[in-house]
Amino acid sequence: MFEIAEAAVEAALAAGARHADARVMDRRHESMTARNGEIEGLTQEGSVGLGVRALIGSGWGFFSTADLTADAARAAGAQASAIARASASVPGADLELTPVEVRQDHWSNDVREDPLSVPLSEKAEMLIAASRTMREHGADTANAAYDIWDTTKWLVSSEGHRIDQHIVECGARMDATANGETETQRRSYPGIRGQYGTRGWELVRELDLPGNAARIAEQARALLTAPDCPSSDAIDLIIGSEQMALQIHESVGHAVELDRILGWEAAFAGTSWLDLAQLGTLRFGSDLMNITADATLPGALGSFGYDDEGTPAHPVDIVRDGIWVGVLSGRDSAALAGLAESGGAVRGDGYNRLPMVRMTNVGLLPGTSSLEEMIAATEDGILMDTNRSWSIDDKRLNFQFGCEIGWEIKNGKRGRMVKNPTYTGIGPRFWQSLDMLGGESELTYWGTPNCGKGQPGQIGHTGHPAVPCRFRGVRVGVRS
Amino acid sequence: MSGPLEIAERVIARVGDRAEAEVTVTTGAEALTRFATSFIHQNVADAVRDIHLRLAVDGRVAETSGNQSDDASLDRLVQSTLDAAALQPVDPGWPGLAPPADGPGVDHWDDATATAEPDARAARVGAFVDAARELESAGFCSTEGVEMAFANSAGQRLTGRATMATLDGIARTGTSDGSGRVSSRRLADLDGGAAGRIAVERATASADASDLEPGRYEVILSPDCVFDLLSFLSLYGFNARAVEEGRSFAKVGEAQFDESLSVADDVLHPMSVGIGFDAEGTPKRRVELIRRGVTAGLVHDRRTAKALGAESTGNAVAGGGSFGAIPANLVLEPGTVSPDDLIGSVEHGVLVTDFWYTRILDPRTQVVTGLTRNGVWLVEKGRIVRPVTNLRFTQSFVEALGPGAVRGIGSDLTLAGGGTFGVGAYAAPSLHLASWNFTGNAQG
Repeated sequence: MFEIAEAAVEAALAAGARHADARVMDRRHESMTARNGEIEGLTQEGSVGLGVRALIGSGWGFFSTADLTADAARAAGAQASAIARASASVPGADLELTPVEVRQDHWSNDVREDPLSVPLSEKAEMLIAASRTMREHGADTANAAYDIWDTTKWLVSSEGHRIDQHIVECGARMDATANGETETQRRSYPGIRGQYGTRGWELVRELDLPGNAARIAEQARALLTAPDCPSSDAIDLIIGSEQMALQIHESVGHAVELDRILGWEAAFAGTSWLDLAQLGTLRFGSDLMNITADATLPGALGSFGYDDEGTPAHPVDIVRDGIWVGVLSGRDSAALAGLAESGGAVRGDGYNRLPMVRMTNVGLLPGTSSLEEMIAATEDGILMDTNRSWSIDDKRLNFQFGCEIGWEIKNGKRGRMVKNPTYTGIGPRFWQSLDMLGGESELTYWGTPNCGKGQPGQIGHTGHPAVPCRFRGVRVGVRS
Repeated sequence: MSGPLEIAERVIARVGDRAEAEVTVTTGAEALTRFATSFIHQNVADAVRDIHLRLAVDGRVAETSGNQSDDASLDRLVQSTLDAAALQPVDPGWPGLAPPADGPGVDHWDDATATAEPDARAARVGAFVDAARELESAGFCSTEGVEMAFANSAGQRLTGRATMATLDGIARTGTSDGSGRVSSRRLADLDGGAAGRIAVERATASADASDLEPGRYEVILSPDCVFDLLSFLSLYGFNARAVEEGRSFAKVGEAQFDESLSVADDVLHPMSVGIGFDAEGTPKRRVELIRRGVTAGLVHDRRTAKALGAESTGNAVAGGGSFGAIPANLVLEPGTVSPDDLIGSVEHGVLVTDFWYTRILDPRTQVVTGLTRNGVWLVEKGRIVRPVTNLRFTQSFVEALGPGAVRGIGSDLTLAGGGTFGVGAYAAPSLHLASWNFTGNAQG
């Protein structure tokens, strides 16, 4: 496959590109779903093709094809340059690229049990058992599913990169919905998006969907008769680690994407409230807040050996002791921002998508508290967990998130269950109210397999190490 | 290069009598020219080819997709799907294959759009950027032309083709953004300068906005906002799967909406775009969902049709069986009032250009939260008084459109598409609604 990519790069250069790179990507995706104790669908998707990127002047040209012949590759390279040249009619300043060490390498993640080799019948039995148990324990609708991605990609650049990677990802999810007279309540496990990682089938076995099915179905049913989450303009809020992963993803991860900060996503995904002039001095959160973007974490969903520009995976400090110190970047955005090097955060969704800045594993470094200590230290508060809804403005500042379940906390003890819990806030104000942080033993590498960004749309796989946290004086219980 | 129907026939021939089989083949070109900070920064094109096969062996169902059409690849595609199906338990909900039936005869196609070169898209972007002049601008111009063929082992054969072009951008003042956009099946209909001027007007008119106290207000919603409402009503309401599972508000025959509202899924409407059949080979047709305020129907795929004793309406989505059926060509019947006159009828309300990041809190009640974007103004006694900063709302969409809740419907029927979930392209006018619950402003 390297030869195909090389042919495309050479053709792009011959057509006038001052830099070109090409990726051949072969990706298989397998997904099975069960509903109410019966298998409802098995999908196996395969795609293989070539995407070539050419830089002329201020803009990228990109062309992709499923034809993997040398002729088609040369045509794709020439077409990518022609597209880049068309951009010159609406030009900006020439785009530069930060330097990166040129490597020829191979990388793959550790997999103990190849998920595609596990018999389909065994996978089906697991989903049937989980969804049947949820039905037996009060769910009106019970869904269970798994996903497997097996990706091999070959990168060649005009600078001499020649890198192939084999990345296996998998995970599973399930949910139970109970119908009331006027509403529905849902509980998910292990989270609304399931749990995914760069691991083998051992991850799915550890999740134990059947063993958790009864509990979440009973909770969904119980929520129908639970009281609504009380409304308050300022209350202490403890957030479980699954919801914290969403909180980090939406209000930190997207906000520190350098392409957004530079305005490259202004019309669609939006911009960021962060101003590069304040990098290194802006207080983002309390002293307890330490965030890194680290694509080297074993097993986390946002891990890889090299990003799609050939930059080696490495940890990047994003927030240190509450101060904003870093961004998610690629070679072009880093150069424009005056940074010395790329953050190694550029990936494309399949062979036919232009690589762009994506989150790697953006997560919180753990603290020293435990969830039980947070509850014991709270006089009057709410505990929420498992994301249900998420909405945030185009600057990643003003958010409202809903959770599937909550509990009142009174005098240091967990009280009654409440339904429809929501909380709202302004990013830095909220993060500066962080005063208790879960410890290492409560750290989970949550995986989000469905992060949308870009035009044409791309789905990214991101990781979010998270622990339970407590925030002070938060607005909760917004209603229609 | 093989055409899509020829590829589909080769797949069906390979399956033979070993299974019930249906295959959809899509070929074509998709391209998108993207600009930001007033220059083109990303410019992409993809030669599309997708082969989607679903088959059932004695009720054991599997789906596979691939993008290689040589003989060896098709052999592997068919064999791997047969192997996968053999290992599956019997699916009691398997509805069988669509019988032979003619398509609706639509041809939403324009040669010039299908073959548009990057220069043609760049020219429209350039016109938008020029119209914005000293304001920074950002957005995209896209073209696509796809041909699709469907074949199944029950003898159904359908072919279709469709083009679509969109120009969508914003102008930015530093304290505000304003949007301008246009979609059509013809690239020639996209006037970059006109869209740019609208964006500039909105951006400058919403500059230096101040906060508005949250609360309930009358609202004027633009067609793009109405597109968002229709998307949620469809995905979580008129979707027969949601009804079957008890998650939907929809009760056919009940007056759940204002009597001025009529909504249909109508691939035959003059403004519609897209292919005339669905992923199961069922021809699309006009399906009334709301008739003068009364919930009139649901959209079905073959699975929900079997479960509920109905007929498929041609709204199946490839790989979307677990989600249900989705309308692709919703049309909200326009009124006779101009957008300006709609504003003139507002006593104390808010004019909204775009919604952003709308997410459902409960599908049954259709309570949705989201934000405004790209221009929001306070309207008093029929006049725009001042721009306001973006607002958060938490609002039941069914309640907002309920009996007595619609005060006016605009005449400005507009094609909008690619919304939050990238579903279809809908035609909608502006709406004047009696009450909308804004639950927060820029302060939180």
